[in-house]
Amino acid sequence: MCTMMNKVKTLDDLRKMRESLRTSLDLREKSNNPEQMVQIKVAMATCGIAAGAKEVMSYFIEALDREHVDALVTQTGCMGYCYAEPTVEITVPGKEPIVFGRINKTKVDEIITSYIKEGILIDDIIPVNYNSVGPE
Amino acid sequence: MAQYSNYILVCGGTGCRASQSELILQNLKEVVRQNGLQESVQVIRTGCFGFCEKGPVVKLIPDNTFYVQVTPEDADDIVNEHLIKGRKVERLLYVNPETNELILDSKHINFYKKQLRIALRNCGFINPENIDEYIARDGYIALGKALTEMTPEEVIKEIMDSGLRGRGGGGFPTGLKWQITRKVQASQKYVVCNADEGDPGAFMDRSILEGDPHSIVEAMAINGYCTGASKGLVYIRAEYPLAVERLKIAIDQAKDYGFLGDNIFGTDFSFDIQIRYGAGAFVCGEETALIHSMEGLRGEATVKPPFPSENGYKGCPTNVNNVETYANIPVILLKGAKWFSSIGTEKSKGTKVFALAGKVNNVGLIEVPMGTTLREVIFGIGGGIKDGKKFKAVQTGGPSGGCLTEKHLDLPIDYDNLITAGSMMGSGGMIVMDEDDCMVAMAKFYLDFTVEESCGKCAPCRIGNKRLHEMLQKITSGRGNIEDLDKLRNLAMVIKDTALCGLGQTSPNPVLSTMDNFYDEYLAHVDEQRCPSHQCRELTQYFINPEKCKGCTMCARICPVHAITGSRKVPHTIDSEICIRCGSCIEKCKFDAIYVH
Repeated sequence: MCTMMNKVKTLDDLRKMRESLRTSLDLREKSNNPEQMVQIKVAMATCGIAAGAKEVMSYFIEALDREHVDALVTQTGCMGYCYAEPTVEITVPGKEPIVFGRINKTKVDEIITSYIKEGILIDDIIPVNYNSVGPE
Repeated sequence: MAQYSNYILVCGGTGCRASQSELILQNLKEVVRQNGLQESVQVIRTGCFGFCEKGPVVKLIPDNTFYVQVTPEDADDIVNEHLIKGRKVERLLYVNPETNELILDSKHINFYKKQLRIALRNCGFINPENIDEYIARDGYIALGKALTEMTPEEVIKEIMDSGLRGRGGGGFPTGLKWQITRKVQASQKYVVCNADEGDPGAFMDRSILEGDPHSIVEAMAINGYCTGASKGLVYIRAEYPLAVERLKIAIDQAKDYGFLGDNIFGTDFSFDIQIRYGAGAFVCGEETALIHSMEGLRGEATVKPPFPSENGYKGCPTNVNNVETYANIPVILLKGAKWFSSIGTEKSKGTKVFALAGKVNNVGLIEVPMGTTLREVIFGIGGGIKDGKKFKAVQTGGPSGGCLTEKHLDLPIDYDNLITAGSMMGSGGMIVMDEDDCMVAMAKFYLDFTVEESCGKCAPCRIGNKRLHEMLQKITSGRGNIEDLDKLRNLAMVIKDTALCGLGQTSPNPVLSTMDNFYDEYLAHVDEQRCPSHQCRELTQYFINPEKCKGCTMCARICPVHAITGSRKVPHTIDSEICIRCGSCIEKCKFDAIYVH
């Protein structure tokens, strides 16, 4: 993710910045590049943190490293599934994102060895039940 | 890497489980195995799909076929007809009740359009601490458009045409508020974001600030441009440390990128934002009290008029808006007023974020278009009542609102309908109650809160609410009488009419609403000294049935206050004076010998 710290001087500057940011995000998610990365988003709002999301995130990073999986782990806001926190969204390149709930260390290991490495889904995925207004 | 080409997802939510979804799962696995497909087809259980009225639900990936009301016997057809022969099982497909069409995949099911995230559009998608991710999702484009391609009047017109109303609970038309502030002539104006969110059980604003703080920064700048304010203030409760931290990061990043500060987007508009902290006073969510708190004075409401738009912070015109109202602004400018006003009802446009809590299976944050019914929210999205109990009421609007009952379940949610039904939208807290909740105790709970939070300035609230509370305490402890009920109602009406600010004017609502809808419970409390839901301590007693009790001593051992006595193999007894009615003994008893009276 590029970290341009220059001021955005005009609306055109902003539009160009948006395009280049979107392109680099797309490449990471959708290209046929064999080194494409798995994306993991951990819901890190107060309810998630109260349920242990910070530990989940650190354990993910540690476990992914150990298993030599190329992945990007980031935090995000509330996904709305407060009854199933901690929740994570896993996007394996070429596949739809999937949300897993009630994550603990055991589940993290399962997600990595079963879903990320083998494409085997595990029980208790949370079906997304909303549409969001998205970018133009 | 992936060896499976097909997945069958079976809903494991409570509703579907009750309709044998586990057996469906087992049968599917068995048929898959019989056909030798276990290496390419995986069958798994998911969490609740939320489509409980049409359960059990089975979804197939990758073609997204959505089967409803599936039975264990259908497993054969699903595998043989659909997976092997490639023919969808039409009798299991969902039929759109309005058009009678068969719906082939989940993306076209109306249910999934029931939740539409507008204010929460970025929550869960972006890292809130990274401005680049916000920009990639059209961040700050609305601000740029407003500053360089539109006049303040044009922006205000767009907001007015959208029909956006204040999401803090007041429901005042936002565009109109901005226009009023714009028209006042002054050398300094302020725009304020009300992030106090004092309602117990409400966390909509917190989620927006924690998940998408930049949307607030952008919207406040747009507000400043429209109203002529160069300074923005966010009044945020100190009990939200994560939201405060993320907001600070967002403001710093926005400054770095030139979205705050001087000459934004190369125009002569300059804007800056400061954060001010609340200190835990519910009344400071009221705009005049909020403003006084920011000025360093005690948070007390003052008479309106003059309205803050004319005379607010430090005597300057001040435009106060709620977090969720702000969250809608950038997307209205990007997608247009016409788009926004096509969602919702005639007088309440757009969507509303609700914090669904209480006795539902799927508690959480939801955002639905105005006009969605309570039934769809509670039984659809919420997954129905926990533990299969019976729905009793849903409280909306927090301490200012009232309760809605079974007869209101098909009411389309909007500002006006809720008020007509005796409640109000409020900021979005929605607490669901079941047969085990006592409505009198609930009214008392809300009065506990408002009595504590009253600023004390006006007599109706300071003295009146205290008296209401005392009467409710009497009633819930069995010392009330029938005259108290009339006194309660009369006093509540007087307080509503005479209190100085919104806190006092709405605090009697829970009392009036529960009396209107559950008068029989009040009568039981005063006439029979009985609590029908077995919640009120002094009116509830736990007894051990000597005919069923085997004297196993389990209850005596679990009782935290040692209220149960008896020797082995002899029926035990509970001492009512010591018993705290926690219910642990009932849970432990294997012989069903303990009952509540």
